[in-house]
Amino acid sequence: MSDSGNSGGDLAIRVAGLTNRFGTKVIHENLDFEVRRGEVMGLVGGSGMGKSVLMRTIVGLNRKAAGRIEVLGRDVDRLSDAERERLQGRWGVLFQDGALFSSLTVLQNVQVPLRAHQRLSPRLLRELAEVKIALSGLPPDAAHKRPSELSGGMRKRAGLARALALDPELLFLDEPTAGLDPIGAAEFDRLIGDLQRALGLTVVMVTHDLDSLYAVCDRISVLIDKRVRVGTIAELERDPHPWIQEYFLGARGRAAAAARNRETSSGAADPSTADPTAAPTRNGQEV
Amino acid sequence: MASDLLTTSSDSGPGAADGLGRARDGERTALTLSGDWTTETAARREAQLAALTPWSGTDLVLDLAAVERLDTAGAWLLLRTAADAEASGLAVTWQGLSEARRTLVEKVADHEDAPVEPKRPSLLDGFVARIGEKTVAAGGNARDLVNFLGLVSLALLRNLARPGRLRVTSIVYHVERTGFDALPIVGLLSFLIGVVLAYQGADQLARFGAEIFTVNLVGLSVLREMGIILTAIIVAGRSGSAFTAQIGTMQVREEIDAMRTIGLDPVDLLVVPRLLALVIALPLLTFYADILGIAGGALMSWVVLDITPFEFIQRLQASVEVRHFFVGLVKAPVFAFAIALVGCFEGLKVTGSAESVGLRTTTAVVESIFLVILLDALFSVFFSVIGV
Repeated sequence: MSDSGNSGGDLAIRVAGLTNRFGTKVIHENLDFEVRRGEVMGLVGGSGMGKSVLMRTIVGLNRKAAGRIEVLGRDVDRLSDAERERLQGRWGVLFQDGALFSSLTVLQNVQVPLRAHQRLSPRLLRELAEVKIALSGLPPDAAHKRPSELSGGMRKRAGLARALALDPELLFLDEPTAGLDPIGAAEFDRLIGDLQRALGLTVVMVTHDLDSLYAVCDRISVLIDKRVRVGTIAELERDPHPWIQEYFLGARGRAAAAARNRETSSGAADPSTADPTAAPTRNGQEV
Repeated sequence: MASDLLTTSSDSGPGAADGLGRARDGERTALTLSGDWTTETAARREAQLAALTPWSGTDLVLDLAAVERLDTAGAWLLLRTAADAEASGLAVTWQGLSEARRTLVEKVADHEDAPVEPKRPSLLDGFVARIGEKTVAAGGNARDLVNFLGLVSLALLRNLARPGRLRVTSIVYHVERTGFDALPIVGLLSFLIGVVLAYQGADQLARFGAEIFTVNLVGLSVLREMGIILTAIIVAGRSGSAFTAQIGTMQVREEIDAMRTIGLDPVDLLVVPRLLALVIALPLLTFYADILGIAGGALMSWVVLDITPFEFIQRLQASVEVRHFFVGLVKAPVFAFAIALVGCFEGLKVTGSAESVGLRTTTAVVESIFLVILLDALFSVFFSVIGV
């Protein structure tokens, strides 16, 4: 996995001592969470354990009660407005149902971040949006459609295109395959893996989808008891915690693992050998 | 080697200050790229590359070995430049691409242009086309509304034939929401309108020494028109829109489809109770609005004209016949029917998106107020013909 090339020194995200509570209900308590540059980090946990809350806290949509969050080397609490805006240009977020602006076409949706952060010529603006739409696997004629005319899977792809608009270093995905059929979900996993390798992205992915975990994630963080347990799938399978045992070694977990093993043994690309970000590069953005 | 330098430095190699060096050797042009080729620098890079055209010679070499950062925007600009050069008959070679960068460039190259956006028609064409579209839409809407009127009338008859099937709880709930809860706002506005009418009337009539006719003015206009119209418009804005929003939200969450599959008729369940509730509530509200409107007029008459409330009531009884009260009141159930019908109709027309709930709600308010005023005009014609 890419961690071997990164030796833990270069972190995309460092969360330390995070506490989140809603009213009297404590979601996270003294939580530590780290993501290395160039890796795909899966974030799993039972419903209501605060996976999405953790992600929303990192991108600044949720006010934390305590703790320290560093994203791409910057402490998010100590940023001027201009620095914060710059940081927002370096990450992309894909929300569950795409969260596309319903009054704009797909092309215009993808252009929104470009317009907000860069001054580009109209021609380049259109072309870059078209490139992103193609990268996310949408057909060209989807560009002028409105979100209401798209299927759920296409809305997710359009959301991904918008998240990629600024060529972010860091990509947050909130349940990217939820609501997709298994074939669509597998395609989406492959797409994310391909893009991650081609663009050298760091990906944080909240998911319930075991197949996604096995297919694209380098390491997994499990949210349990208001804290995070991190490891590769092989490491987590040895964790004695009953929830983790049930999760990875239950019937569904074993089926996903078996499917993954069939794929790798039949000679399909294995991210651990084909991962270009493992090569010594100055940072995760470079390729 | 004939060097044609675009860069400020005299060196076209990796050290070129702004990331682009050009060297020409006979028919062969070599571009040495360095620095950042990213979204952030894209605007500048585009201008730099544009300055290189038109292309001449037979070969173009793109050397990326010294590029520090490359992302899709940079890759796209280079691909575009290469395509331009190829269109001018040059053979393009890429140099210094690492494996990962080659993947990136290939990924970016693999896309088709989006089809050209359908052209907007000219201003006049667009205007004419919009008139046509709106007319057709309005016609279709009117037809659908008449259809719905038929559907609801049948459901109403069916329900009234078997009153046991009526949802009494639901009707009472909606009477409370549309009638009782509207008392403060309807009362306040009617009272203020009474005040305004009395003040304006007194001001004008005093010139003829006919101040006392203010009572006639207030009584007639409040009972025949103001009370009912004002109440109907408030209710259209308050309750008609609420009907659309409630039913529309249920439509978005597929609750109405769920009802249909269970074998429940949404018209019976949602439309009939709201309609009956409003038909009950609006006449009551109108009666209440009439009282407060006249009270407002009486107060103003007392303040401005020294007509005591006792005198006011005496004068009112002598000069304003009770039929005027009924002329106003008889319109209420009709208006209520129209408002509820439009509210529910627009609610059921909501399609999938949350956006359409908002759109339909606005339409419902505008349509029901339009219908109320149109019906009021028809009533006026009718009453003048029969001489009431």
